[in-house]
Amino acid sequence: MSENSIISLQNVNKWFGDFHVLQDVCLEVKKKERIVVCGPSGSGKSTMIRCINRLEEHQEGTIIVDGIELTGNLKNIDNVRKEVGMVFQQFNLFPHLTVKENITLAPIWVKKMPKLDAEELAMLHLERVKIPEQADKYPGQLSGGQQQRVAIARSLAMNPNIMLFDEPTSALDPEMIKEVLDVMVGLAEEGMTMIVVTHEMGFAKTVADRMVFMDEGKIVEEAVPDKFFNNPESDRTKLFLSQILNH
Amino acid sequence: MTTENFTESRKPPIASTGVLGWLRLNLFSNWSNTLLTILLVYFLYQIVPSFLNWSIFSADFTHNYLGQLIIDRTFCTRVMEPELGGACWAIIFVRFYQFIYGFYPIEEVWRVNIVYFLLVVAIAPLLIEKFPQRKYFLCFTFVFPIISYFLLAGGFGLNFVSTKQWGGLLVTLVLGFTGIALAFPLGIVLALGRRSKLPVISMVCTLFIEFIRGVPLITLLFFAMVMLPLFLPEGITLDGLVRCLIAVTLFQSAYMAEAIRGGLQAIPQGQHEAAQSVGLSYWQTNRKIILPQAIRITIPTIVNTSIGLFKDTTLVLIVGQLDLLGIGRAVLAAQTWMGLSIEVYVFVAIVFIIFTFSMSRYSLYLEKKLKTGINMGAN
Repeated sequence: MSENSIISLQNVNKWFGDFHVLQDVCLEVKKKERIVVCGPSGSGKSTMIRCINRLEEHQEGTIIVDGIELTGNLKNIDNVRKEVGMVFQQFNLFPHLTVKENITLAPIWVKKMPKLDAEELAMLHLERVKIPEQADKYPGQLSGGQQQRVAIARSLAMNPNIMLFDEPTSALDPEMIKEVLDVMVGLAEEGMTMIVVTHEMGFAKTVADRMVFMDEGKIVEEAVPDKFFNNPESDRTKLFLSQILNH
Repeated sequence: MTTENFTESRKPPIASTGVLGWLRLNLFSNWSNTLLTILLVYFLYQIVPSFLNWSIFSADFTHNYLGQLIIDRTFCTRVMEPELGGACWAIIFVRFYQFIYGFYPIEEVWRVNIVYFLLVVAIAPLLIEKFPQRKYFLCFTFVFPIISYFLLAGGFGLNFVSTKQWGGLLVTLVLGFTGIALAFPLGIVLALGRRSKLPVISMVCTLFIEFIRGVPLITLLFFAMVMLPLFLPEGITLDGLVRCLIAVTLFQSAYMAEAIRGGLQAIPQGQHEAAQSVGLSYWQTNRKIILPQAIRITIPTIVNTSIGLFKDTTLVLIVGQLDLLGIGRAVLAAQTWMGLSIEVYVFVAIVFIIFTFSMSRYSLYLEKKLKTGINMGAN
């Protein structure tokens, strides 16, 4: 593991039953680095980032996040989850709580923050994602783009050092994608360490420090965006890019 | 094509609104529906007037057709003049005390009345969300069972009243409410346990649920009456009513657990993942995220099994506890009131319907209210 890596995956292997979903995956992410992961569906990209906050368990290899190794040790898992925020494709907001309650829940219960402070914090983050006026609504009353921004605010409220995005715009109507991407660009500019699984290549080109291309459970290619898009090495990457860029 | 020339919005055709529209739509929409409607009306015409006549117009309440006060069956109009008389409700009035309190000593009955009153005070804030000072009243709801235990059974200077003297509605309510109230938390624990990733816990919970569900309540009651004392250490005896309560609670908790498990399974995995990813622990996730949603979904099922239990408490009469139905049968067994079983059973049925129907209406109200909280689409 290099000195300034904040996330380090070494020879990570994982199986779903007999299906070898991650095969010897190695990835080093430096602090403040923005990584965009792409690849065909079923290539293991979601599984890989889900392993980083232990929503999935890897069976071989080591994953170290901010100096903490992910093992069966529950204390370590808790500590890693405090460092790592995650945004899901399906938003996964808590439908029975208001927007504000969605955001204050973890600060109040995990960080034992007083309720008033947590609410102030929630409003701060809602302003950051530009929907403070929705604070008292329920998730079901918001559009998809607004829900996803609430989900981002919910993660940010725990003050994470790392944010994982698992296809954050894939479930959105086209006209709502931009509002979510804008928030993510803003985060990137503030220096957040980010791993983003996405097919939004425009976003990747503007934000990514490094592109990671996965196929069949393996990392096929890693490169800076300029090289990745203009001069990819592997044929598989070329094929993938031609398919998603030329439609 | 231009959309500028909107036509004014019009009223719907007359035939589809109003009373006539409703009748047409719901009762006479096609020939089979029409036939059913006619048959039903005829059926009601045959039944309703004669029932009303029997139960109200030619019924005795406290006095018979000669104006005499009814004190036993021989004064009932329908016993004296079978042609004239309808129901003889006097049996209910004369034996009202037993129906409501059983054989509770009359000089101590104020204690039961207080408990009945406190029951309302304890339940009201539970049911009404906007109850003033709800928090404090809810605290009272939690200590209410303890207070009522001492009030009913005695202690702290109150004379002891053996549960053998309890009866009627009192026993029905004690069994029903305690059973439901204790089975609910137990059911939650069992449901979570059955879904636990730890094989031992999951296996124990599954075995428990499957055993209890696989055995009829009546068997559990016999089990509690006959077998339980054998397992207890020597010198310790359990009150008969308590034994029934244990059986009823265990029985209900198994059903409750399965109802709640159904709700737990309906919650998407993403809710667990989102809760975990912000660092909530297993218990926090369940308490704050999963259970509130799961219980909302399962309210109809929970109320359904609760209503089932409330009615099933009548089975305790087989092991010698005199609940409402048991008192009814005891009353009928007495020489003085023999043969008036229809009146007694109708009365018992009405009391049960009052309770179960309120439960069912309340659950409908809850469903409606919670739907606006959980499932608000963008519309």
